[in-house]
Amino acid sequence: MNNGIEIRWHGRGGQGAKTAALLLADVAFKTGRSVQGFPEYGPERMGAPITAYNRISDDKIRVHSNIYTPDYVVVVDETLLSSVDVTSGLKRNGAIIINTPKSREEIAKKLEGYSGRIYTVDARKISEETLGKNFPNSPMLAAIVAVSGVMDRDTFIREMKASYQHKFAKKPEVIDGNMKALEMAYDIVWSAMEDDKMGLSA
Amino acid sequence: MAIKERMSGNEAVSYAIRQIDPDVMPAFPITPSTEIPQMVSTYIANGEMDTEFIPVESEHSSMSAAIGAEAAGARSLTATSSAGLALMWEELLLAASNRLPIVLALVNRTLSGPININCDHSDSMGARDTGWIQIYAENNQEAYDNFIQAYPIAEHELVHLPVMICQDGFITSHAVENIELIEDAAVKKFVGTYSPEEFLLNPGRPVSVGPYSVSSYAMEAKKNQEIALENAKAAILETAKKFKKISGREYGLFEEYRTKDADYIMLIMGSAAGTAKQAVDGLRARGKKAGVLKLRVFRPFPADEIAAALKGCKAVAIMDRCESYNGNGGPLGSEVTSALFRNKVMIDTVNYIYGLAGRDFTVEETKAVFGELEDMIVNGKQPVQYKYIGLRK
Amino acid sequence: MRTDITKINEHTGHGHLTEGLMIFAGGTSKLFKTGEWRTSTPVFYEDKCKQCLLCAPVCPDSSIPVKDGLRSGFDYDHCKGCGICAKACPFGAIEMKEGVE
Repeated sequence: MNNGIEIRWHGRGGQGAKTAALLLADVAFKTGRSVQGFPEYGPERMGAPITAYNRISDDKIRVHSNIYTPDYVVVVDETLLSSVDVTSGLKRNGAIIINTPKSREEIAKKLEGYSGRIYTVDARKISEETLGKNFPNSPMLAAIVAVSGVMDRDTFIREMKASYQHKFAKKPEVIDGNMKALEMAYDIVWSAMEDDKMGLSA
Repeated sequence: MAIKERMSGNEAVSYAIRQIDPDVMPAFPITPSTEIPQMVSTYIANGEMDTEFIPVESEHSSMSAAIGAEAAGARSLTATSSAGLALMWEELLLAASNRLPIVLALVNRTLSGPININCDHSDSMGARDTGWIQIYAENNQEAYDNFIQAYPIAEHELVHLPVMICQDGFITSHAVENIELIEDAAVKKFVGTYSPEEFLLNPGRPVSVGPYSVSSYAMEAKKNQEIALENAKAAILETAKKFKKISGREYGLFEEYRTKDADYIMLIMGSAAGTAKQAVDGLRARGKKAGVLKLRVFRPFPADEIAAALKGCKAVAIMDRCESYNGNGGPLGSEVTSALFRNKVMIDTVNYIYGLAGRDFTVEETKAVFGELEDMIVNGKQPVQYKYIGLRK
Repeated sequence: MRTDITKINEHTGHGHLTEGLMIFAGGTSKLFKTGEWRTSTPVFYEDKCKQCLLCAPVCPDSSIPVKDGLRSGFDYDHCKGCGICAKACPFGAIEMKEGVE
């Protein structure tokens, strides 16, 4: 895959990790690239750990296997860190994004043997502030777009707005909240990346 | 003008069904095909199509209702997976022997047990001798394209047989990928309206469907059915040729990927063929003469064509996503080797069983299979027959 | 593509049979003279018959023709000689006999 990236999502059944992976495929498609977004189903139960995947490439995507050496990993539920080897196969120059109120230093201690980049987003807090409910997938989607650079901020915001306007045509009141959640999460991760570039971060 | 979209395999098949707008769809939900009747009934509720949707109480009933509707003169279809197909068993044979051009959207899922919802080909392979035409898809695009070609094949005057359009459960049915859709009007024109010459709901022209047949007639009827299945080969190719004109996409009985000068060929069906092609590109970059023969049409089985396509290579890996429990490998293993033997193509073959009940199949595993073929030919190391790939020891 | 079943028999080659052995015609059972299966024959005594018509509807082979509310003799081409009509007749107007045509 030329200029291809592979992303692995970890979540729990019912939290929207699969939906987030499909949304990412959706929005990346708008940039004219080849996309793939698919879930891996275990027992179909609320709360069971689930995995979802994305491939995004300039070439036609033909591989139909799971992703074992991802460029990026997104963890939608922090409690998975103690039971799932989330950094398994994660590329050295890749990054992991975790939904947590904790700092990256605290998280780093939990990810033994992992020395790559870590980004944290308190998606629960963002979601509760903007939507009044805990829907962590929108903030996590914005975070992975920022970290992976699949598209620039303006394109992402424009395409997501169009997609929400279509999806929530019957409840327009939730569009603003969702857009705000995306922007907040994007900017938090973006500024962490800027800090990294300037060497301000540990 | 092609419409560039992204959607899952189930969405793609449902979209094709909306475009074709058949007359009757009886269905009963089962994972991972449930989304198809769900999406179709949404289209119907939104007034985007006229199909009569019949919610039934089992798959035994959905296929029975499809048979009744089709015999009555209505273009009919249903969708199912796994145990749902198994419950249709008796009716599958009746649909074929009564020469009814029903289309079934099959989303492949393993047959229990152990109970499991994920992909392998044991459901459709179990129905391989029911007289249905079976066409397999590598991805959402092929599932869509194959579905659009299904009725012209099934309703072809020299065929009149039911068609199963198969795609891999979850792997393609639930994966969102890029797709090129054809405009509604072009699809409608391609598929055409259904106007059978004879049908039950035709006042003044009575018909008896499925009469009892004594021994002195039944064998002749079976032979005629077999001839129709053989005729399907030409009908499939003829339909593919016409389809290319509206889509630009080419289809045959199978696809040959980098096989022309290949020493080693992997014969495989369904979504794993894409993974195999990716591996072949990697091997070719290292100077290995590897290729993939992706079987699209399993019924009718293109035995002579496969033998001709394989005769120039040194060894073939025959990949079965199904355990046949015959003590001798998988169904493809048996049928491909018989095709080679009968055509006196005496090349080495190894039968592999992979991906049962959703077990992943990777680029690395594909490369290892090619490695074993080369080791056999170059170093004379005999590989184990019908070996399970990725099996824990 | 209507079916002329008089042209189909147990010597017909498979290529000349209909698709799925479907019969594209109606009322074809009339062409099968099942009367030759008969070993016992109903004999009709018109003088004893009151035209009550209890016999006609019980005949499994529709071999008692009724016209203008009156039954006539038997359709021996299709009567299999089951004897139900004789049992149904309250007036002894039908008798089952062996060895008659």
